Amino acid sequence: MIEKLNNLDRRWIFLLMFLAVAVPIYVIGKTGKTFPETPSALAKATFDAIDDLPDGSRILLAFDFDPASEGELGPMATAFVRQCAEKKHKMYFLALWPVGPQLIQANIEKVILPDFPSYEYGRDYVNLGFKSGNEGVIKVIVTDLAQLYPADIKGTPVEKIPMMDGIRNIQAMDLIVNVSAGYPGTKEWVQYAVTPYPDKIRIVAGCTGVQAPLLYPYIPQQLPGLLGAIKGAAEYEKLVNDRYGGPHPDPKYLEGLRRMGPQLVAHILMILLIIAGNTLFFLQRRRGTSR
Amino acid sequence: MHIKGVDIDHVRIKPPLGGVPWEGVRMARRQRLLLAALAIAAIGMAASAGWADGPAPPTNVVAKDRPWDVGGAVVVSWTSPTTPVESFQILRLMDAAEVKQANRDARVAAASDAAAAVRERLSAEGVAPEDVQLQAREAAQAAAATLLSEQEATAGEPRWTPVAVALGSQTSVVVDRLSDDFPGGYRFQVVAIASDGTRSIPAETTVAVTPSRQPFDGGRLWLAIITVVLCGAVLTFIAAARRGMPLKIRKIAGLAAVDEAVGRATEMGRPVLFIPGTQDMNEIQTLAGITVLSRVGKTAAEYDAQVEVPTSRSLVMTAARETMHAAYLQAGRPDAFNPDLVYYVTDEQFGFVAYLSGMMVREKPAACFYMGAFFAESLILAETGNSVGAIQIAGTAQPAQLPFFVAACDYTLIGEEFFAASAYLSGEPDQLGSLKGQDVGKLIVAGLMVVGCLIATAASITGSEMLEGILSYLKNTMLT
Amino acid sequence: MKRLIPLWITAVSGILLIVAYFIPAWESWGEKATIWFDVLAASAFVLGGGNLLKLHLRKVSNRQAGWAYSAVTVAAFVVTLTVGLAKIGVHPSDNNPDFAWSGSYNSSGTAFWWLYEYAFKPLTATMFSLLAFYVASAAFRAFRAKNIEATLLLGTAFIVLLGRTFAGVFLTQWLPESLSGLKLENLTVWIMQVPNTAGTRAIMIGVALGIASTSLKVLLGVDRSYLGSD
Repeated sequence: MIEKLNNLDRRWIFLLMFLAVAVPIYVIGKTGKTFPETPSALAKATFDAIDDLPDGSRILLAFDFDPASEGELGPMATAFVRQCAEKKHKMYFLALWPVGPQLIQANIEKVILPDFPSYEYGRDYVNLGFKSGNEGVIKVIVTDLAQLYPADIKGTPVEKIPMMDGIRNIQAMDLIVNVSAGYPGTKEWVQYAVTPYPDKIRIVAGCTGVQAPLLYPYIPQQLPGLLGAIKGAAEYEKLVNDRYGGPHPDPKYLEGLRRMGPQLVAHILMILLIIAGNTLFFLQRRRGTSR
Repeated sequence: MHIKGVDIDHVRIKPPLGGVPWEGVRMARRQRLLLAALAIAAIGMAASAGWADGPAPPTNVVAKDRPWDVGGAVVVSWTSPTTPVESFQILRLMDAAEVKQANRDARVAAASDAAAAVRERLSAEGVAPEDVQLQAREAAQAAAATLLSEQEATAGEPRWTPVAVALGSQTSVVVDRLSDDFPGGYRFQVVAIASDGTRSIPAETTVAVTPSRQPFDGGRLWLAIITVVLCGAVLTFIAAARRGMPLKIRKIAGLAAVDEAVGRATEMGRPVLFIPGTQDMNEIQTLAGITVLSRVGKTAAEYDAQVEVPTSRSLVMTAARETMHAAYLQAGRPDAFNPDLVYYVTDEQFGFVAYLSGMMVREKPAACFYMGAFFAESLILAETGNSVGAIQIAGTAQPAQLPFFVAACDYTLIGEEFFAASAYLSGEPDQLGSLKGQDVGKLIVAGLMVVGCLIATAASITGSEMLEGILSYLKNTMLT
Repeated sequence: MKRLIPLWITAVSGILLIVAYFIPAWESWGEKATIWFDVLAASAFVLGGGNLLKLHLRKVSNRQAGWAYSAVTVAAFVVTLTVGLAKIGVHPSDNNPDFAWSGSYNSSGTAFWWLYEYAFKPLTATMFSLLAFYVASAAFRAFRAKNIEATLLLGTAFIVLLGRTFAGVFLTQWLPESLSGLKLENLTVWIMQVPNTAGTRAIMIGVALGIASTSLKVLLGVDRSYLGSD
């Protein structure tokens, strides 16, 4: 029996994981209930960094992720755009990942167009699109934005975009918000934008769970706020919803909180699997010793 | 000419920051006497304006371009007054664009501070978070609006911005983050500050200075020294190894298992899968992976095993083909080399993973090598390989992926072990010497860390200014 | 000669770029070299694309095992390339409304956008989400308390797994404020910020020295195995 369990077909484990994720998704989708979240200090710092700026401040939103990590980073990207729009900040979108512009456009269509109809392209937000060159792009735009971004994603020259008036480089931004799934991402923004200009450039970020430990050394001097994976997104969403959501926020602004349900059950399943694996291991070892 | 410690050849006298500007005071030699008299009058005015108890101003204020730098910095120097001074403040004249931006920044900062203060106060009082946010926002708006009206009232006046602070014992300071093409050059003021906080009349430079780029970046001197020492250590040990110095390298299980893995694949009649990461040839990990491929290819050629090398970059494919071809040549079996087994799949990360997973399940390779830079795909690949019963050896310098490889692979080369593979597998004295040199580098790093920790601890306990200075030099000069 | 020329190019350009880092006037050479590499790598795509077509068309033509997969690969490659290059379904841009192809190839509503939205996006998300299943099976199979170190790791894993969910808050909410550092969510942050960062830094120092040493070996031609010779 022990031997059989030890060599358990892993598809059973896959099935358990599928149920651990699917059932909470279904239940939360049906009931609309989510687990309560207590925002951490880092989530609060991220929220405050945006909220403490006066209305109409300039925010550079760098979406350096792809559809693969959208499940983990999408909710925080949406929440970032929403908080900036609620604060009437001017949003400058760009991406160092090739598919970043599509994700930027998706968030514009999800948040700005339906919920902030007074927002006008070119006056309140602009999509500068993708530029190849990884950290090389950052090195250039910290001193000269127009060199790499002479036009926006639609091909409109930056001189003809009202909100680009007076923007020589990204030092003119009041804050950089980076959503990052890896390389190039937050680490490169910190190293090549914040470190050379600590008094001019400030950044907060959201990243995948795997990436977060590599960014902790930069907190808090170079990186005052960081959202780690869906947990960070859920905490941040709570802060945004408490401030701007009203009694019944739109479900699209609750994605992070909703995804914490499957995460909870999946984590508990992981713990149970580890305990089961170890129980089998010790039983097998005891049997081996007694023989 | 000196009048009561004020060198009027170099200094203009102006009211303190925030005071009424005194226009038209640029020096002209013809007017020295008149201006000297005016200077005395200004000191008298200053006394009545609250400078009476302040220290004497510094003299000989000169700004010069900093030597051996990349530009963007100048050195401001001065002669200390005879009266005791606690510190000096250095200010720079701003141009119109800067004033505009500074006003904006000041409004942003004032709003942030006001919001933070309100938030702190109300949170301590136990006010509901929604109300805290609302009031903090209102406070931020009010602060920004108040400052804006103040700024509009003083628009057009020359503005000096503080750029540095120096101790009373200092007579010069470096002012950086300047532009090499600032219109008209930079002008500076130095203000002496006494221990009771009173300020002297500002003393100003008479000649504007423009920073310029120098032939060598002195700020990177220590980096150059460290580079020379580390490279020197590597080169010294390579030379020593060539002269016959005996060198030993500890057994690295993952590399020792290379032959075993290829042998197993041969016995089972199944292919060997080698993946040199998902990055291009400009990534040093890919290069290290190709180095291991060289050995795997040679062993496979000797054993007549089949090695399949899918790549996610075209250049890696080309390099891997060259390597495999040479490996077969060395093994004396160039005819057995099949270039079609080294092929390109796709640059797209998960497209590459999808192909590899499918291929592993279909072809069931007996041995899988993952050598290079990997990201989220590491566990998917390693678990798929595990499920088909392959012996798996991984090597990467991506710290975030190491736990996944350790969990799912039989052997994992962790970080530097991966880079040592080339030396380990070849056993050449040159390469082993480079490893020894690397160890010297590690000793230096460890030594610096211990020394740094000891100094920081001692400075913290004793509060010694000397130790603080050493620590600061270590952190801010040597290691930046 | 086939080995010697690349070795010289490597050595000269590598050493020159290292020196250039310390000479302000030459500093931008490094960025230029990066751009050259990007151009080279982009041009090399022709090589990769050609190789992909050659191998998979041969598989289809010879009806080798798994030829149907190759057919799908070739079809996907050709369709995506054609749709992108021919700008199929592209609307004129706002700036140039009189020119039919002036819009972006990937703007909303184009054929390329459709492929991205309904093929690429779900497929890559599916591949990434496989991680959840593989992590579970790896945890069941490999995470064993074989010795003290492994047991410590196991305990740490439990704390982090719980601390990253509401379970962590729920289980330790009874702890008084004076012991808030022991609450699972706070303990998780501490584990990630202190011991984890220390370990990561140690690995990174070793990696950095390894990179420096390997680079030097390559520049000096001590390690030529990447060129196909030991």
